[in-house]
Amino acid sequence: MSAVQTTSPPQDDTRRRSPMAEVFFSLMRSRTFLVGLFIVLFWVACALFGEHFAPYDPLADDIINALAPPSSEHWFGTDQIGRDVFSRVIVGSRDILTVAPLATLLATVAGTALGLLTGYFRGIVDDVVSRILEAFMAIPVVIVALLAIVALGTSKATVIVVIGLSFAPIIARTVRSAVLAERELDYVAAAQLRHESAFHTMFVEILPNVIPPILVETTVRLGYAIFAVATLSFMGFGIQPPSPDWGLSISSNYGMIGGGFWWTVLFDALAIASLVIGVNLVADGVHGALND
Amino acid sequence: MSLSLVTLFLLSIMVFLGGQVLPGNVGRAILGPFADQRAVDALNHTLGVDRPLLTQYATWIWNFIRGDMGTSYIFRSPVAPFVIDALGNSMKLAAVAFVLVVPIGILGGVVAALNLNRPLDRIISLGGLSVTVLPEFVTGIILILIFGVWLRWLPISAAWPKNAGFFTQLYYLILPSLPLFLVLFGYIARMARSGMIEALDSDYTRTAVLKGLPWRTVIWRHVLRNALLPTITVIATQTGYLIGGLVVIETLFRYQGIGSLIFTAARGKDFPMLESGILTIGIVYAVATLIADFLYSVLNPRIRLGSDQ
Repeated sequence: MSAVQTTSPPQDDTRRRSPMAEVFFSLMRSRTFLVGLFIVLFWVACALFGEHFAPYDPLADDIINALAPPSSEHWFGTDQIGRDVFSRVIVGSRDILTVAPLATLLATVAGTALGLLTGYFRGIVDDVVSRILEAFMAIPVVIVALLAIVALGTSKATVIVVIGLSFAPIIARTVRSAVLAERELDYVAAAQLRHESAFHTMFVEILPNVIPPILVETTVRLGYAIFAVATLSFMGFGIQPPSPDWGLSISSNYGMIGGGFWWTVLFDALAIASLVIGVNLVADGVHGALND
Repeated sequence: MSLSLVTLFLLSIMVFLGGQVLPGNVGRAILGPFADQRAVDALNHTLGVDRPLLTQYATWIWNFIRGDMGTSYIFRSPVAPFVIDALGNSMKLAAVAFVLVVPIGILGGVVAALNLNRPLDRIISLGGLSVTVLPEFVTGIILILIFGVWLRWLPISAAWPKNAGFFTQLYYLILPSLPLFLVLFGYIARMARSGMIEALDSDYTRTAVLKGLPWRTVIWRHVLRNALLPTITVIATQTGYLIGGLVVIETLFRYQGIGSLIFTAARGKDFPMLESGILTIGIVYAVATLIADFLYSVLNPRIRLGSDQ
């Protein structure tokens, strides 16, 4: 244990924490954040209320009108069994917007706990856990997912667990470095002098002070989680038919792409692109606002 | 060095657990739910999956090291030739992507840094960042539509005709390598850019400028050498990503590489093929990391001469 400094000015703590209001106004001034937020909220609205303003039932087939190009009746055309692509794109945000945030939440909770443990205890715990986490980080998510899905079968829960656990080490690394800086401060020494338990010191004293980096990392990870969920759906793992999920729709329609049926895949691809970029713009804005 | 070995070990455990232990009864998984129990038992015995786990793991690893990757459940023939063929194909695809992206990415980053905060920098940085965050199959689909379906410049499948020469193969590989290019471009350009900014701002650059060296010499002799070191590390760490990307791209373009081999094996529950494929790319990744470490130390005199650490 390092030498404890007895003079601990409490203002030091409060001054470092940026007031919520300031962060809020800084976010409202950030154009990237607002554009990103608008895109994300649009898709969230589609996920929640999509079927109310979609012109057709996204699951209703209509073989006679299959593979119709975009027209005034079907804005984005119809797919190979005549389902309305526009309605499917609108409602297709639902599954990805439940699976990806849940995976991110799992990653954040697990990663924060691991980061607090390794950063607080350091020494042998840190060495062992950090080495394992680093080794784990080197394995691509797609590979982990393939293995897990072969072993456990395909389900949304598998996808959430796979992505959550794959991303946890990255969040753990961020939290760990924040905790390493934080634990040298006087309020931690004070808590230790009061014989607070390690658990209390970590989760009640230190955690509130490392929230900003966690928040930034979480928004960034959400973008990657959407990336991963979309990819796994495209590969046929994870979200299953008949869901109008974007990745899934692309995977079932891209085989005919050589026939020129571009509308069956383009709009889904653009939807994924817009959502991923939207989340990343939000992440960028949050990062900027918290690091000012 | 030790880290990549730990990664490999961890990967082998995961592969072993995922491929042999968790699916439960392997014989049942292969023969299906209606097969006779005796047939399942016999198959399990032939495959050796009725022995203790530790023995199975040791035998598996030992055989792998000796080059015996087992027998494919589906093709009923040794796995190794399939894996080696597929790895060769993937290397070709990855090589095309790397040959394109490393110089262009570095150039992009350098140009952005030299035009810091001007429109050109904004375009490169923002464009690079936007394409980097997009899934490969999304950029892949959009590129296929543009270059394969609308313009008809490039073939939409990577499966070239038999006995195709080098240039024909290259022609077929351009489109599949582009999505990988786009993802990597952002990372490499960003690293090169920040390395450049830092180097341009340093004391040695100021000294070089103030002692009257021409700007060109300053950039080539002083700035670039220091700026590009971190970029090398990033390029190496991206091999891991690249492998994940290959699985997607090879599936999208129907290319017979290691990624699609793993994917097909996973779908067909061909465990020896799946395990060997994954372990092989694990080894490729470890080797790539080693090479990067080596290059970095050769190029960085501070590490080479051992004054640091």
